[in-house]
Amino acid sequence: MAKTEAPKPILGTSPLRKEGVAKVLGATRYIDDIALDGMLFGATVRASIARGRILDIQFEQKDDLGNPIDWSKFTIVTANDIPGENTIVHLTKDHPCLAAEFINHPEEPILLLAHREKAMLPAAVAAVKITYEEWPGVFTIEDSEAGIERAKAGDETGVIWRGHGHGGGNNTFKTYCMLKDQTEIPESVWAEAAYIVEGEYRTGAQEQLYIENNGVIAECVVADEAVQEVTVQGSMQCPFYLVHALELVFNLPADRCRVIQVETGGAFGGKEDFPSVIGSHAALLAMKSGRPVKMTYDRAEDMVATTKRHPSRTRHRTAVAKDGRLLAGEIEFVIDGGAYATLSPVVLSRGVIHSPGPYDWPYLRVDGRAVATNVAPHGAFRGFGAPQSIFAVERHMDKIAGVVGITPEEMRRRNFLKSGEKTATGQHLSDPVDLQGLLTRALREADYHRKREEFARTNVGAVVKRGIGFASFFHGSGFTGSGERRLNSLVEIELNAEGMPNILVSSTEFGQGTNTILCQVAAQTLKIPYDDVLIAQPDTYRVPNSGPTVASRTAMIVGKLVERAAEQLCVTLVGSGFLAEGYTGEEFKDGAKRYLAANGALKASVRYQAPADIFWDDEQYRGDAYPAYAWAVYVAEVAVDTRTYQATVTDFHALQEVGKVLHPKLAAGQIEGGVAQGIGYALYEKCVWQNGRMANNQMTNYIMPTSADLPPIHAHFEEVPSIHGPGGAKGIGELPMDGPAPAILNAIEQATGIAFGEIPLLPEDIFARMTGTDGAEKLNPDVMEPAIAAAVGEVGD
Amino acid sequence: MAGLAAVRFRVNGVERTVEAPPVKRLLDVLREDLQLTGTKEGCGEGECGSCAVLMNGELVNSCLVPVLQAEGAVVCTIEGVSVDGRLAPVQQCFLEEGGAQCGICTPGMILATHHLLEKYPQPTLLQIQEGLAGNLCRCTGYMRIFEAVRQASERGRD
Amino acid sequence: MRSNPAHYEMVAPATLDDVLALLAHAPGVHTPMAGGTELMVALGAGRLATRRLVSINHLRELRFISTDDGLVTIGSGTTFSDVRRSAVIAAEFGLLAEAASWTGSVANQNRGTLGGNIVNASPAADSPPALLAYDAEVRLVSVRGMRTLPYREFHLGYKKTALEPDELVHSIVLPRVYAGWVGYIRKVGTRNAQAISKVALAGLARMEGGRVRDVRIAAASLREIPVRCLATEAAVIGREITAETIQAARVAMMREARPIDDIRSSAKYRAAVAGNLVEEFLRRLL
Repeated sequence: MAKTEAPKPILGTSPLRKEGVAKVLGATRYIDDIALDGMLFGATVRASIARGRILDIQFEQKDDLGNPIDWSKFTIVTANDIPGENTIVHLTKDHPCLAAEFINHPEEPILLLAHREKAMLPAAVAAVKITYEEWPGVFTIEDSEAGIERAKAGDETGVIWRGHGHGGGNNTFKTYCMLKDQTEIPESVWAEAAYIVEGEYRTGAQEQLYIENNGVIAECVVADEAVQEVTVQGSMQCPFYLVHALELVFNLPADRCRVIQVETGGAFGGKEDFPSVIGSHAALLAMKSGRPVKMTYDRAEDMVATTKRHPSRTRHRTAVAKDGRLLAGEIEFVIDGGAYATLSPVVLSRGVIHSPGPYDWPYLRVDGRAVATNVAPHGAFRGFGAPQSIFAVERHMDKIAGVVGITPEEMRRRNFLKSGEKTATGQHLSDPVDLQGLLTRALREADYHRKREEFARTNVGAVVKRGIGFASFFHGSGFTGSGERRLNSLVEIELNAEGMPNILVSSTEFGQGTNTILCQVAAQTLKIPYDDVLIAQPDTYRVPNSGPTVASRTAMIVGKLVERAAEQLCVTLVGSGFLAEGYTGEEFKDGAKRYLAANGALKASVRYQAPADIFWDDEQYRGDAYPAYAWAVYVAEVAVDTRTYQATVTDFHALQEVGKVLHPKLAAGQIEGGVAQGIGYALYEKCVWQNGRMANNQMTNYIMPTSADLPPIHAHFEEVPSIHGPGGAKGIGELPMDGPAPAILNAIEQATGIAFGEIPLLPEDIFARMTGTDGAEKLNPDVMEPAIAAAVGEVGD
Repeated sequence: MAGLAAVRFRVNGVERTVEAPPVKRLLDVLREDLQLTGTKEGCGEGECGSCAVLMNGELVNSCLVPVLQAEGAVVCTIEGVSVDGRLAPVQQCFLEEGGAQCGICTPGMILATHHLLEKYPQPTLLQIQEGLAGNLCRCTGYMRIFEAVRQASERGRD
Repeated sequence: MRSNPAHYEMVAPATLDDVLALLAHAPGVHTPMAGGTELMVALGAGRLATRRLVSINHLRELRFISTDDGLVTIGSGTTFSDVRRSAVIAAEFGLLAEAASWTGSVANQNRGTLGGNIVNASPAADSPPALLAYDAEVRLVSVRGMRTLPYREFHLGYKKTALEPDELVHSIVLPRVYAGWVGYIRKVGTRNAQAISKVALAGLARMEGGRVRDVRIAAASLREIPVRCLATEAAVIGREITAETIQAARVAMMREARPIDDIRSSAKYRAAVAGNLVEEFLRRLL
């Protein structure tokens, strides 16, 4: 038989999404599309106060309409029913699964109900009347800090979290100090600096707003009045996180806690830690009722009760030379973690490490702190702390440029990190880094110089003012610091009966393309057609723990493991003589089948090996923070209508260097989708808080961009292969969340001449600054007059 | 307690009769009574378009249609778009161009695209943006979706 | 879904007369539902107080656009999509066509009706400013007969209208007298599409000899009901459009706006933007 030519490379091409046909047919089964025999529906009874103590719980005999409620038909679970520990474990055990006595946020779960008919639940939830002793709540970073200060004077009424022996302190989940070269900034640097530039920057909470709400179905095997096994299937990113949570709640070994990810309708971090909560809850109801229990939140519950991006406050104090070179920086980065620690320490860590931006700081000290408030715990969301601190540093760079009297471009050019230099954690940048080149190309793609000059000219007297701005930034791929060593991920590839390789990973698909790129990597490595590679549904009884699907780690870290496993599979098949070099796809299958006939099974198994030159020191908070970084320059163009004070993004260019682009269409989709979320973060998406509760928990009132709100988003790539990822790939998922907000506000500064330092930046905020009025004040005739005067005066031309 | 209504309507070419509370949402009737789970609930308030179906040829949000008002209607859901499991051109273009990521908004988006292309066989970008503005997608930033619609419109021209 | 559908009753009498008879038989018991784009949201959220509904969505008698020499009459069951498709509305009542295009998404425009939009009486509804500017009339029908009311007298308070419990809005009547008038309409919402308005303003004026001969200015989302801005109109009527006139109109608008603070916006922002929109309208008259 004539040998065909070696298959064309599949990496770098755009084969059809693995699960795509089912998705466009509407045939994909998400969790709410699945029903099990005898299944009950679950619901959560939540607190109605932000902070206090439960005094009494009553079950009303009639609902609000006067219809009787037959409580005997409901399964009711309280904290007393928990067979193991009453905790949802992430990094600490401070977070109760169900509140037994104390309430720390307004959506704290207290009771769980289940019933055959879903329609019976809302009235029953409302008929559980709980009385409380209510204590004053702590709702902002400043409230939380004030509580810490008052405690030093002996008044502990403002302390809502006490450290719990987890390395924290009063109202403080975690602190980090990142000190470059472990060297304090000499006083002389401040004294001799040409300029000292200070700035404060704030970012708001952001809802992930995946279109599929959180949901699970749980089953429980109970024998001899003890739970023997728990199974939870659902919408999630990290099946093994849920396994870990179930182990504690049910006091079971890991191999009796089975978790299956079903097709997941968007996640963005919002299904990283939260499924541990809803999964444990549904499993408790399944245990108590002896039946499968489905829990799916509706939109209002999902928005009000589940995690959001951490609000932040960043303060910069920077010593700058006459020519704009950075001499030293002090950065204080504080995030609001909500009521429990959850993932805040690691969000904080990524935020701290990204806070200096891609610049060379001779001296730098960053103090990071995650504080407690009486709001539902904040959690993972694409970017994981980096969008917050990068927003601050990229706004601050423009501020410094203004003070020094150089352009924002020149400011960056004089301070960019270069190959061979060291980051703030002391990481030697051995891979090629060309920020100068990226900036040049990004500005050219966006026609930045011409537009900046044109807008400066045409804005004079214009009703609609235009601006163009940019941000340059980086994002580390993979877990922070020693995270990947600790994860110790395992990947397997087995052969199925047809001789097709089947990838076994816990890495999940939720739209970003995990299935597709991992199959591409295996296909290319095995030199077989993409269609001949399969990937298994993540089921913790069946797949090894390849780590959570977070942190821009899947393409690079897991992809590399898939590449190595595929190589191993190939070596085995060729080495054992069942496959000859130069095989075709068909020959591969034949050879694989013959191998199976002779040997029974074949499974290649590969575990993460930290690169020998990558080292992180947790104690000193120093070393190689990430194996590789993606680098980017994003350019935003805006129009600000001075009649409505609305800023609109009118064009957007996103240039990034992400190593080898594995799948150009998926990669562009990641960038475009991330930029859209970034535009929402900057200009539309505001959580309105009332006593610690999100008041606008509806899609009607939490405003995400529609198709009519977004500019053309142009994704551009530079490809500099990295040795750490398959085919040279680095991480890409989170990167596009980092750049849009500062680029947009930098552009708005050109348009309006106003240096805004806070997002979301709504028309009301622009109005307040443009007219010199505080738009937040309540209306009364006295405050109305200055508003009128200011507004009339402003548009009087 | 109110009674049930018997509602007759045609779904994807098949005559159906359901017995349900008259205000039960068409969305729930499709998903629960008829097991047509391709129609999704995203918000339950007519904002996200995940539950969009065609009713008498018009795009509607099925979460806002009491089933009684579907009496006698002709309804097309995502399951009725493909023919014998073969992708319709719009579906093919969404697949090829990356118009579907997580896939949860995709059924509604595809039906909205059908409705759009009926009205404007060669839509401008503005018409696409307006026509799909009632279908929220959190994954794509819409750019790949616009491209899929353009491609589908091109194929429609052939 | 936060309510139990089994707790609700809905009937769909075959004809308009049957519906009116039902409403007359027990006034206030049944809440009419047309396209459901408001009531079904309330039902889903578990905050629909009424338990008994009467569907009027199928009534052909209420879904029409008729024209004669002097009037265009729009049946209350006319959807926003119908309004957008109407050639006569596009040609003569462009502000209403424009308002229809902003109302929710395409899917909601296919279901939502003009009658429902005014009966629901949201201060932020999209059609009222245009209807107020055109000095529309509403025809209300019951077994007692038909009565006609100037639309500006229809809204009585927050979510309160002049509709009696046994009545339905039959139609909205627009006088065909606006040839030569200059129109202006703008919605400032939370985003570009399917947004709830934070301020919306409709303006309509006729110039004569360089002066404002007639003017109508109406706004939504400022107060508890959509309003005609009579003080602002008074500030410009009979005047030339000069910087002074514009200034006077802005001040009048901001004074009479007296807007609300809510989770969507602030009062001061609304007042200032209303003033800006008035200016934009007046400049269009130049």
